[in-house]
Amino acid sequence: DGELMFQQVPLVEIDGMKLVQTRAILSYIAGRYNLYGKDLKERALIDMYVEGITDLMQMILMFPFLPPEAKEKNLESIKEKATNRYFPVFEKALKQHGQDFLVGNKFSWADVQLTEAILAVEEKIPAVLSAFPQLQAFKTRMSNMPTIKKFLQPGSPRKPPPDEHYVQTVRKILKI
Amino acid sequence: MSGKPKLHYFNGRGRMETIRWLLAAAGVEFEECFVEAKDDLVKLQKGGSLLFQQVPMVEIDGMKMVQSRAIANYIAAKYNLYGKDLKERALIDMYVEGMTDLNELIMGHTFQPAEKKEQHFATIVDRATNRYFPVYEKVLKDHGQDFLVGNRFSRADVQLLETILAAEECKPDILAKFPLLQSFKARTSNIPTIKKFLQPGSQRKPPLQEKDVKRVMEIFH
Repeated sequence: DGELMFQQVPLVEIDGMKLVQTRAILSYIAGRYNLYGKDLKERALIDMYVEGITDLMQMILMFPFLPPEAKEKNLESIKEKATNRYFPVFEKALKQHGQDFLVGNKFSWADVQLTEAILAVEEKIPAVLSAFPQLQAFKTRMSNMPTIKKFLQPGSPRKPPPDEHYVQTVRKILKI
Repeated sequence: MSGKPKLHYFNGRGRMETIRWLLAAAGVEFEECFVEAKDDLVKLQKGGSLLFQQVPMVEIDGMKMVQSRAIANYIAAKYNLYGKDLKERALIDMYVEGMTDLNELIMGHTFQPAEKKEQHFATIVDRATNRYFPVYEKVLKDHGQDFLVGNRFSRADVQLLETILAAEECKPDILAKFPLLQSFKARTSNIPTIKKFLQPGSQRKPPLQEKDVKRVMEIFH
């Protein structure tokens, strides 16, 4: 029907636009709802953090589609990257400025996406935050923010972790 | 300290090329520090310069920026190549993400094992001519303007030219069915800053050769 600019989903219909491309959609929403920092430099920091988190989440995204024999090694890789490359960055940022939020002492897209990533990695590696006290406190703090708390409740639009049915459905629709 | 942005990457296109294009299009002079061997990368990592232990890294305005999209977003906004409002930015982002997908596909070709190369080439041509170029051809046709977004030069125009040229390196007549993209290419190539960047001796990098693949892999893996 010509709705998908590049023949792909996600597609979000918002403010009279049919937006595709995840990053374009996220940037728009963040900008629109004041979750993108107060100036160019804060936006740059948020972008850096978000892109790093996206790289980590990409591993989680791909995991269900791996052949069974590759899964164990990949899980090790996720654990290694999370604990050695990504989480230390955010642990350090929070420790250094001692503020509640990652950037500019204000709730932003970076905080939301880090919370999402922490929860997603914990689903696979429950003790992954054991060496990161700042991130543990951050996770608790974010989970208690009213809008996020509501989203974490059963019955919200939040989706469960992918299961075999999800994998089959995606494979069928995308023909992969 | 020159005050010019300083780019840290290997001496090739990869994930830094789009940033080189943007800086050049904006008329911003920049310096480059090439990662030539694994030791160079390790030195940068140990020195704490790389937020996620990876290049590209660009020293700009007192920051050590990493993540190619974050860097490109910052440069685009700083030099007014990002539209006039949120909606234009959304449009630019959509277009640019599509171009990035195609460009990455094209770049991946050199890394394909011999037995997969032909199939991969066919995929590039199919995606370029059936998924991506028709979109931009239609955009230009619908509004009849010189530039993709908001009747004004933006990063989307820069990146479209970059992508067109990369696709043509793959298949020289790939724009055969896209007359508006052909005139877009001619027009945009003549913008003074871009024309300068397209000249020999500029900081634009050539495509990666087969013989360099091993060396690059050794640095990064």
